[in-house]
Amino acid sequence: MFELVRSSPHFHPGRSSVRRVMLTVCAALIPGTLAHLWYFGPGIAFNLAAAVAAALATEAVLLRLRHRSVAPFLGDGSAVLTAWLLALALPPLAPWWLPMLGTALGMALGKHLYGGLGHNPFNPAMVGYVILLVSFPREMTAWLPPSGAVDLGAHWQFFLTGSLPAAADLDAVTRATPLDQIKTALGQNRTIPEVWQGNPIFGDLAGIGWEWVNTLFLLGGLWLVFRRTIPWQTPAGVILGVGIPALIFYALDPGAYGSPAFHILSGATILGAFFIATDPVSAPSAPRARLWYGIGIGAFIYIIRTWGGYPDGVAFAVLLMNTAAPTLDYYIQPRTFGHGGGQ
Amino acid sequence: MTARLWRFPGGLELPGHKTESCERESGTATLPAEVVLPLQQHIGAPAEAEVEPGQYVRTGERIARARDFVSAPVHASVSGTVQAVEDRPIAHPSGLSAPCVVIASDGTDSWTELTPTPDYTAEAASDLRNRIREAGIVGLGGAGFPSAVKLNPGGRPVETLILNGAECEPYITCDDRLMQEEPARILRGMLIMRHALQAQRCIIGVEDNKPAAIAALTAARDELAGTDPAAAAVEITTVPTRYPAGGEKQLIYTLTGKEVPSDGLPIQVGVVCHNVGTATAVERAISEGRPLVDRLVTVTGSAVAEPRVWRVRLGTPVGDLLEERVRDWGEIGEIIVGGPMMGFRLFHHEAPVAKTSNCLLVPAAEELTPAPDPMPCIRCGACQEVCPARLLPQQLYWHARDKDFDKVQDYNLFDCIECGCCAYVCPSHLPLVQYYRFAKTEIWAAEREKKKSDIARARYEFRNERLEREKAEKAARQAEKKKQVNKGDDQKKAAIEAARKRAQQKKEEQGVQPKNTDESELTEEQQRKVAEAEARRGEGTGEETDTGDTAGKGE
Repeated sequence: MFELVRSSPHFHPGRSSVRRVMLTVCAALIPGTLAHLWYFGPGIAFNLAAAVAAALATEAVLLRLRHRSVAPFLGDGSAVLTAWLLALALPPLAPWWLPMLGTALGMALGKHLYGGLGHNPFNPAMVGYVILLVSFPREMTAWLPPSGAVDLGAHWQFFLTGSLPAAADLDAVTRATPLDQIKTALGQNRTIPEVWQGNPIFGDLAGIGWEWVNTLFLLGGLWLVFRRTIPWQTPAGVILGVGIPALIFYALDPGAYGSPAFHILSGATILGAFFIATDPVSAPSAPRARLWYGIGIGAFIYIIRTWGGYPDGVAFAVLLMNTAAPTLDYYIQPRTFGHGGGQ
Repeated sequence: MTARLWRFPGGLELPGHKTESCERESGTATLPAEVVLPLQQHIGAPAEAEVEPGQYVRTGERIARARDFVSAPVHASVSGTVQAVEDRPIAHPSGLSAPCVVIASDGTDSWTELTPTPDYTAEAASDLRNRIREAGIVGLGGAGFPSAVKLNPGGRPVETLILNGAECEPYITCDDRLMQEEPARILRGMLIMRHALQAQRCIIGVEDNKPAAIAALTAARDELAGTDPAAAAVEITTVPTRYPAGGEKQLIYTLTGKEVPSDGLPIQVGVVCHNVGTATAVERAISEGRPLVDRLVTVTGSAVAEPRVWRVRLGTPVGDLLEERVRDWGEIGEIIVGGPMMGFRLFHHEAPVAKTSNCLLVPAAEELTPAPDPMPCIRCGACQEVCPARLLPQQLYWHARDKDFDKVQDYNLFDCIECGCCAYVCPSHLPLVQYYRFAKTEIWAAEREKKKSDIARARYEFRNERLEREKAEKAARQAEKKKQVNKGDDQKKAAIEAARKRAQQKKEEQGVQPKNTDESELTEEQQRKVAEAEARRGEGTGEETDTGDTAGKGE
């Protein structure tokens, strides 16, 4: 008679599981996603559906190829979360193959290549995003202004075919994001207040629509920290890493540098701070190491935005700090109880 | 006067499951028909059996003596005839057997003669310690460290004596019942320990989920304070209920703010910590002369008809103890010795209750949710948030899995107290504690191997050296001898040479020609013949080699 000898503890609360963690994070994304839907049209919904489908399909195929059992991994919610983050990173007006290709490549090259759940050194959503950004620059910069330049029908047609109905012109309809506009203006030696005044896309603190989207993401993120699903050190670090340099440079020359509020509420800073940088697998695990990881990401975001070649640098910043995560973990360890200190 | 408390890192709030068993008064289990007493029920060297099969022993008689300093004797827990001294299954996670003394009870429970100590204050500390050691008392909180050793401060001052009444693990309630039913004995035991240690301060730490125990202890302390001023100084401190507040290092930190050094003992920070059950055993040993033959055991779980704390004789087989108390043997999940966080599963129901068995947990099959299959570690860090030793369980897991035992020790594996908090919160349901136990045992095995091979190598090198030395000595002796012999030869030769030279010299000095006769006595004819012969000899000498005949040459 062979019996499985289990080690203590013999209690299992049954509350905690990987799926629960992943789906909780997805739930926190809902408010921001709804705001996105409200301001920028149905594109996010199409992208999300396509990305989730591609993610699950890719995961299933790759698990089969790797001779692993499919059901437990498919149901653990990590693929859905990756797809959701990527869908939020894409422009709303996108052909169907863009989110699908990005998700499939992210899952394959960013996750299963390294051994699947728990083994990837890089954030899979960011890997997919960067591949798309570098390969399809035109599709990846076709952002929409807030409040309905394209209606549902036209949007659906673009999603399926990649082109708008005859009456509409793509170039007339799409706009650069607020960050992109600022960057271009600064490159033309104009100041930020000049660009901001009277520009319909700018609101009080940042771009219209984006302010709300990011604020709702912030609320969702704070809820996750409160629930202890994600640690507080990482988002705090990212915001500090963006905010402090922004504050310094804004104080030196408000015309040439965006305010801290602008930087924090624009682009993907909040999404990056609370949802992307906190991907547990690719981040360090020690508390103080996470803080420095966040600060590094924030600093890189600011540097790339201000002096780098891209309007928003969240994806690159995250991937760069992913490479530093094991080193941070090794050198920044908490003091073990009973070693040094303490009296 | 509320004492200041410190908060140890990590920890969990767990469902207690204590009310089931702590609301009934404790009972005394019936004497078993046979007891199986393992020779090792403590940390340290196993005891050595002193009895033989067929021998009659009384309750309380010593049947095995302590072997080393860190060891404890074993006493008969019933009176009867020794059946065997042999290997029997014991309550151990491995399910292996160990040497035990088996006694068949004669039902009379006749005690051996006991020698109480009426006034402990008149005794020297070392005498008290000897009595406690002879009584076979070990830590009754579950670890089983010989208490006499822990009552020896070894010349270091003891600032604080702490009694551990925390009992943080769910389901276990024997200390709770003990504090409610025998608080005066606990306090007297504490005062005896205080005397042995010359401790300055006495604190009893109790978790705040035991209000009745705290009240009973406080009342007993106040009453005892009337007759004994030392009792008035005993502090009864409530600590927050958080697992594992009852861990020795955690409780010391909570009550005093001192961290016991990682590879050291509490005495190094001036603290000694004992369990409340140990204190009562010490009190009985001193005031009654009674050795340790029984202990309180919590029998609980949803498969048990009436969860309760029982006073059980050591050596009682678990099956006997549970026989009438389990509702339906068909519906039990498993038998766990200890609590749900640190206990182990028992495979042999005939294994006996030992000094370290504080609880028998018998859940019904549905009560203990089986652990789902482990998923990969997602590096969420929930484990390190709850680790009371502030370790990085995640890193320990990865390196233990890779069998990288150097890295595992870099992350301070041996500071792990195996409390189970990390595995409890892991969303991937990884059996983390099992990995750490594996890593620890592998490292210990490697160290033993290394020690053995170091000794073997040292012996081998010494042997080689010895052989070399012997060879060298032998060669030296032979050379010496040879030199002596040569010297002797030379001397002889030299003597012969010297004699010949002397003779030659003499010849030349005196111009003496060798003659056979004196010439004056010879006739003329004879003289003429001799002269001719001399002349012939003179010719002959030039051609020595040809003749080969010695006649012409003389002698």
